[in-house]
Amino acid sequence: MTNSAPRIAAREGLIDELRSALGESLTDSKDAVGELSLTVRREAIVDVCRTLRDQFEYQQLMEIAGVDYPQRAERFEVVYHLLSLTRNHRIRVRVSTDEDQAVPSVTGLWPVAGWLEREVFDLYGVVFDGNDDLRRILTDYGFRGYPFRKDFPLSGYVELRYSEEQKRVVYEPVRLPQDFRAFDFLSPWEGAQYILPGDEKASPEAPGAPTPLKAEEIKK
Amino acid sequence: MTIASPDMTREQQVARSGATEAKIANYTINFGPQHPAAHGVLRLVLELDGEIVERVDPHVGLLHRGTEKLCEYKTYIQSVPYMDRLDYVSPMSMEHSYVLAIEKLLDLEVPLRAQYLRVFFAELTRISNHLLNIGSHIMDVGAMTPNLWLFEPREDIMNFYERASGARMHANYFRPGGVHQDVPAGYLEEVGRWCDEKLLPMFEDSLSLVVDNRIFKQRNVDISIVSKEDAIAWGFSGPMIRAAGIPWDIRKAQPYDVYDRMEFDVPIGTKGDCYDRMMVRAEEVRQSVRIIKQCIRDMPEGPIASLDRKVVPPKRAEMKQSMEALIHHFKLYTEGFHVPAGEVYVATESPKGEFGIYIVADGTNKPYRVKIRPTGFSHLQAMDFMTKGHMLADVTAILGSLDIVFGEIDR
Repeated sequence: MTNSAPRIAAREGLIDELRSALGESLTDSKDAVGELSLTVRREAIVDVCRTLRDQFEYQQLMEIAGVDYPQRAERFEVVYHLLSLTRNHRIRVRVSTDEDQAVPSVTGLWPVAGWLEREVFDLYGVVFDGNDDLRRILTDYGFRGYPFRKDFPLSGYVELRYSEEQKRVVYEPVRLPQDFRAFDFLSPWEGAQYILPGDEKASPEAPGAPTPLKAEEIKK
Repeated sequence: MTIASPDMTREQQVARSGATEAKIANYTINFGPQHPAAHGVLRLVLELDGEIVERVDPHVGLLHRGTEKLCEYKTYIQSVPYMDRLDYVSPMSMEHSYVLAIEKLLDLEVPLRAQYLRVFFAELTRISNHLLNIGSHIMDVGAMTPNLWLFEPREDIMNFYERASGARMHANYFRPGGVHQDVPAGYLEEVGRWCDEKLLPMFEDSLSLVVDNRIFKQRNVDISIVSKEDAIAWGFSGPMIRAAGIPWDIRKAQPYDVYDRMEFDVPIGTKGDCYDRMMVRAEEVRQSVRIIKQCIRDMPEGPIASLDRKVVPPKRAEMKQSMEALIHHFKLYTEGFHVPAGEVYVATESPKGEFGIYIVADGTNKPYRVKIRPTGFSHLQAMDFMTKGHMLADVTAILGSLDIVFGEIDR
């Protein structure tokens, strides 16, 4: 490892201990770039977190992040980042879910989860079962939609301005004087998955240039 | 007239006293979003019983700009300036986590001088952040002078920022692979002299007005005590967890860049009240000066950014001579570099606490997901239990000791 990111000592044999402690709940584990991630069953997240907190000394819940993968059957991932102050180690726990299925809340273990879950709910629409204060947190009062989903446009749907006539802030559909420009800088030589502009005009087998005759074949 | 006796009912007692009983409903008042002590655009809904705070409901998100979503539409290097606009009081510390996260995914080696420069500026940023916070905290509880005094060295730091990066606040100075440009000749020595001749005297003078001041202590000591258990459960970090008595500092525990070569002490509090939180920050300023001095002393000569031309663009002068450099420059500022697929969570010790960046990369030139772990978000959430049972006037003292900035909380 040559980079200068925060150096965290590995916990030897941790993954085997976790496997035996978590049993069926643990569906997958990955150790990449020096960071350990566990994938667990959604129903078991509270028990897993309790085991990690009480047996493996991961005392602090630092972050809950949502990630959206629209092509998956269960499109959302909820990613928990835990920190051990005594063992000086970090671990990542993830569960997957979709729009309808609720994730059990970990507010019973860490009160800090209250707002962190509210944020994932606000931005992705993931419901947390057991969080009794699941209001929107970052978006505007009366906001509709879940802005961080991949199918939500970057510009949103409404914009607001102060209206001098009505003497209040009014909401209007977004109107952009110039279209949002999504530049595509990915090199087409590195396996672009789409037809390049202009290529759609090409017929499947365009006749190539005729092979020139050899010198002796030319009738004299 | 009947004589009061213990077996009288409450109604009889009231009737006897001649008073009329009226039920006083709890007051609910709005604090902010436009209030000088709200440190930005915080809206607190306070439920009061007389002057005692019973419940606090902070409403955040008034400054939400969707930074994380914007990052998904920008190449890695184009998102660095967004980081400055998170915690605009300590911009370079925000960049620090972000560039380290990218470097970790790329496994990119950073030259030693660049690492020193980053630590140097991270500590300068820490001083600048704490000067503002200490000053405004003192002003929130009623003292005017220190805030005015502490703004002067802060202004100097902004000038130092400008000389190094060209911008007073939104520096965009840390880049994946190093820093953007070298500091001018004589710059480091000048900062060192400034620390001794201006910063420390002014800082100690200002603090001497309040640290032993009776009024200041009455407003801060024993206000909003946070125990070790609470600090852990509520996800505290940085000066907040240290004031509660837990010696946890990412610079020591999980050193990044050249922090493992630095010698500094980690101050901790004994009671976890507002006074401890302020004094921990005050001591951190002195420790930061120590680190800056060591950086100036030990900083080697050499390149200030990685020489890997697939990540770090060449300098303009080189482009005039070399075709290769021109191509690299063009490619890096249009397509950008590709980051191998994977995910990474990198947290550094920002002045406010643990500032983390969680990047999910899909192998292209843009991140698939960037999640910013703001520091103040968890701290502000604890506002409810920290304020419960305190007086209304203590709300500003507690808010000041949290050190919140809304650019970062609302993202």
